[in-house]
Amino acid sequence: MTKTISNVNELQKLREQYKAAISQAKVRVLVCTGTGCVANGSLRVYEKLAEAARKRGLETSIEVLMKGEKEPLLLSKSGCHGFCQKGPLVRVEVSGTGREGSNTLYIHVKPEDADDIIESIIAGTVVERLLYRDLSTGQVYKSEEEIPFYRLQKRVTLEHCGKIDPEDIRDYIAHGGYSAVSKVLLETTPDEVVDLVSRSGLRGRGGGGFPTGKKWSFAKAAKGSPKYVICNGDEGDPGAFMDRSVMEGDPHRVLEGMIIAGYAIGASHGYVYVRAEYPLAVRRMRKAVDDARSFGLLGDNILGSGFSFDVTIREGAGAFVCGEETALIASIEGKRGMPRPRPPFPANCGVWGKPTVINNVETLANIPSIVLNGADWFRALGTPASGGCKTFALAGQVANTGLVEVPMGTTLRQVIFECGGGIRTGKKFKAAQIGGPSGGCLPESLLDLPLEYDTLTKVGAMVGSGGLVVMDESTCMVEVARFFMNFIQSESCGKCVPCREGTKQLLAILDKIIAGKATMEDLQLLEELALIVKDASLCGLGKTAPNPVLSTLKYFRDEYIAHVVNKRCPAGVCTALKEYYIDETKCRGCTLCARVCPVSAIKGEKGKPHQIDPSKCIKCGTCIQKCRFGAISVRS
Amino acid sequence: MGEQACACEEKYKEIEEAIGEYKGDRSALIPLLQKTQRLFGYVPRAVQVKIAEELGIPLTDVYGTVTFYSFFSLKPKGKYNIQCCNGTACYVRGAPKVIERFEKELGIKAGDTTDDGKYSLQVVRCLGACGLSPTIMVNQDTHARMKPDKVPEVLKKYV
Repeated sequence: MTKTISNVNELQKLREQYKAAISQAKVRVLVCTGTGCVANGSLRVYEKLAEAARKRGLETSIEVLMKGEKEPLLLSKSGCHGFCQKGPLVRVEVSGTGREGSNTLYIHVKPEDADDIIESIIAGTVVERLLYRDLSTGQVYKSEEEIPFYRLQKRVTLEHCGKIDPEDIRDYIAHGGYSAVSKVLLETTPDEVVDLVSRSGLRGRGGGGFPTGKKWSFAKAAKGSPKYVICNGDEGDPGAFMDRSVMEGDPHRVLEGMIIAGYAIGASHGYVYVRAEYPLAVRRMRKAVDDARSFGLLGDNILGSGFSFDVTIREGAGAFVCGEETALIASIEGKRGMPRPRPPFPANCGVWGKPTVINNVETLANIPSIVLNGADWFRALGTPASGGCKTFALAGQVANTGLVEVPMGTTLRQVIFECGGGIRTGKKFKAAQIGGPSGGCLPESLLDLPLEYDTLTKVGAMVGSGGLVVMDESTCMVEVARFFMNFIQSESCGKCVPCREGTKQLLAILDKIIAGKATMEDLQLLEELALIVKDASLCGLGKTAPNPVLSTLKYFRDEYIAHVVNKRCPAGVCTALKEYYIDETKCRGCTLCARVCPVSAIKGEKGKPHQIDPSKCIKCGTCIQKCRFGAISVRS
Repeated sequence: MGEQACACEEKYKEIEEAIGEYKGDRSALIPLLQKTQRLFGYVPRAVQVKIAEELGIPLTDVYGTVTFYSFFSLKPKGKYNIQCCNGTACYVRGAPKVIERFEKELGIKAGDTTDDGKYSLQVVRCLGACGLSPTIMVNQDTHARMKPDKVPEVLKKYV
């Protein structure tokens, strides 16, 4: 097979050609085809836009433009913009003004809006009704960058997401792609690369926050060959989806990071381990690898540098514990994904017993930017202890859900209230759950905490992968702790006793509390056991498993006390602690409730106020639904 | 449902060819099981035996791997596999009520398959579409912002 690109001049030539081709189009329309927007019907929007353009003789393809023909409109599919709440999203870029120049973002676009969008492009106007409108101020925003959701953000790993076609390697190259690889392979020594990454202050974005440069230097110094690079795309934390978006929206960026890591440590092969639950990410990563190979950017003698590197895609098979590095390695080797004690660390003894660097998707996606802009630039973006930016996945009861990439050190308040637009339900903020099942629940008093590795660990949470689930006052924190414990308990691989048995007992105690049957001794036992599981478990999953319990105990202890001592659930969530009662002033004694009650818990004479016997009531809610006078309520 | 007769012969041929390519390569175990699961909707015992023989690993290791990962099943899955996300974001926004409704509409519990082999219902951890919670997936299609009342409507699309 002949390579398309065998040296840096050819890379540069292709870049210029493609850039010139894009600029032949007067307008570029990008339709978001991330998982979120596709679920909201963006593929149909794409088809309708194509149809509308075709009808007016405007539609073109990049192939036509590559021939040097001038055409008015290029329609492309893009990756995720991060503003999932408002999807399907359509971005219109007018060329001639530069990429940073004039662009318009349309939200909630429906297939039937296609004609209006195409007409407005011809007329040089915008479709007002599809622009983003801030509900609190009423202000209308035209371009993506002006919208408050994006204003605080500094997009590094998400730089191209939503702006390029992730399935076209040439588009990535035209936007500067693979220039970091060429700079590293042709102008830098492996030692210099490791030094650069160390100086940048980049820390592992997958959870632990281990300094990436240090990891690389260990693997570089390790004896043994061949060496391997693994990209950890087993994003299992519920509530986190930044890795998915990068793999779907800018897959070549991840590959570029891997090639650079391989060069730095002296590896010639890499694995990308992607969750099987992300079919689109798997497909796009596979295509990216195939394309990079046929373009000569993976394989033998990349860009004539003498360095060879290739990548294999491995799909996960649905086990949360495989996000842990030694378990992931076992899974690649075709075994049950169970972790093993460290040391030896993967840097010395990884996949097939060989030195291995294992980095998270987001970590690797930061590498090209660090190479191109320098360590100082990256460090300056964040805080002294944590360089760069971090992507958080905003979800839960927040107005604007989606992905936000903000400088390290941005406060929780800024992320939730400025980017996120506050609480969706209009209720009061209660807690932010950060870092998934390994993280913790932070209360309102910690909203001004700067988000970085060390500050979060200090308060009993962790950055983790960056899942940020916002909860309002209708959430019961004990129930949340139970939810996570249930998750961990069923995902525990069963290898070590503290995690296998400890989480089971923790769950049993939490069940008891929720059922209103616990005592203060149980609460003490809960805390004691949580600390033991934390100290004695084998891997990261078990060691962090008690965090949701410990952090809720720390910040929401009064809720536990209310469940245990007063037998009530302040948020009114826990069914066993609810009490149904009839307001005697409203009850007309129609007997309907007594007749529908499946356990005959309601008694009363016709025409007189009825009563519910709490000892019989099973809290099914049938009576509330049937009562025509609104006389039945729930208290907890 | 046992291992009933189907267009299995062709499937067996296809999987045997795939297995043949990886003789003695233990790292191919999970990719081969994934192929089997996709092809058959489950991992038949006969295929497990074949994989064990060809890759040169004990059958217990194959079985142990199949049962470890939630992606694999030993029982045939339905034609339409409904995966209801109950990750944190979906949970906070009412996923349990959606799951309950699916159970009611299909007359099965999560983890089971309907008697006609049409639908399987699964509760999964996170589908990564948290911005649009609660989310479900039917085979490869994602459905966003689910509500209990949207359940019958979704089911109508898969008959």
